[in-house]
Amino acid sequence: MNKEAVKELMLKMADDALIYGHRLSEWTGIGPILEEDIAFSSISQDKVGHAWQLYQLLERDFGMPDPDRLGFERKESEYKCSQLNELYTRNYAFALLRHFFMDHAEFIRYSLLRASSYEALAQLAKKVRGEIKYHVLHADTWVKKLGAATEESHSRMQAALNEAFPYALGLFEPGPFEQELIDSGVFIAEEELQAEWLDEIRPIIEESGLQLPSNAEAITGGRSGNHSNDLAALLEEMSEVIRSDPGTSW
Amino acid sequence: MDMNKESIEKIKEIWQALKGVEDPEIPVISIVDLGIVTDVTIDERGRVMVEMTPTFTGCPAIEVMKKGIEKKLLDLGVEDYRVELNYKTTWTSNRISEEGRDKLEKFGLGRPASHEGEPGMDDIANARCPHCGSENTTLKSVFGSTLCRSIHICHDCRQSFERFKPV
Repeated sequence: MNKEAVKELMLKMADDALIYGHRLSEWTGIGPILEEDIAFSSISQDKVGHAWQLYQLLERDFGMPDPDRLGFERKESEYKCSQLNELYTRNYAFALLRHFFMDHAEFIRYSLLRASSYEALAQLAKKVRGEIKYHVLHADTWVKKLGAATEESHSRMQAALNEAFPYALGLFEPGPFEQELIDSGVFIAEEELQAEWLDEIRPIIEESGLQLPSNAEAITGGRSGNHSNDLAALLEEMSEVIRSDPGTSW
Repeated sequence: MDMNKESIEKIKEIWQALKGVEDPEIPVISIVDLGIVTDVTIDERGRVMVEMTPTFTGCPAIEVMKKGIEKKLLDLGVEDYRVELNYKTTWTSNRISEEGRDKLEKFGLGRPASHEGEPGMDDIANARCPHCGSENTTLKSVFGSTLCRSIHICHDCRQSFERFKPV
């Protein structure tokens, strides 16, 4: 097993979960209806939990710093999250579409990881997949509902989809160790994951009366540490408490 | 290696004691009834190992439960021990004992449906009301006040209730 390759894979997954989790948590207290407030808060808690577990494995098996250091004390360019997850949450439609694109990708990713040759990750994947199943169920329900509800909801959802889709394609930006991961049986190619994802989401988008852009180009960079301006602001906010008293025990 | 009689007795005693450790979010059910404790072993040097698997990866109660286990071990006079959280065994709601399900219901939480490895949409949506026992209920939201609960309403007694999610 090529350690650098697995570390790279785990770090991008953990960073995605942490940053996405923080974006989801922004609905706590201000969700459009109570159930949605609770749903986004719960999904957020799951995601931060996934990040926590992955960071713990990175510490235990790869000698990286502990989860708090990894999650809150790195430089912006050291984060490997995709740009989709760091973008500020424009509105509820955008939050839903990001949720839909991201969680379908995560569901397939963790489903495949159950067969990974890295045993600890395969075991964790079984658990995480069961949780994401509920996230996908939630995303599908609302995308279908609002995609086809009224003219206004439809146009808001389509506008959010058009904006989010190129970033969603960036989720599958290949890393520097694709071949090593495939050769060692840790994971498959990101390109293959993207193909499975498209097969999965297309019928649901169609059922919702929405359309996927036909000629979208992936917006990439996140996996190599090139981020939008939104990440710096988010990290600043996320680490505000930890920076107020570095090294303290809570 | 073969475990001696003393170790076997000790392990039984530990399992019994762990039945006294509660889930802080559902203080009527023990972590043994919930299926969170997956193994108790004693190695050749006499060191006790308790393995546990979380209900949800982001469960905030896990550290409290871990401390609860450590306290019970110390109460039993066990000084050399290790409590490890791992995913060797995947927690599913099928791991909750029958006794545990009854306790959930008495506490006011609907029981999770048993399933064949993965809950289907019917398992998630169809719940029995813990107040009146009616099956005439509707799923309101798959997310509730804690990660392990969903929200339902009962059309017979007209009350809403939470249910332990099938996972």
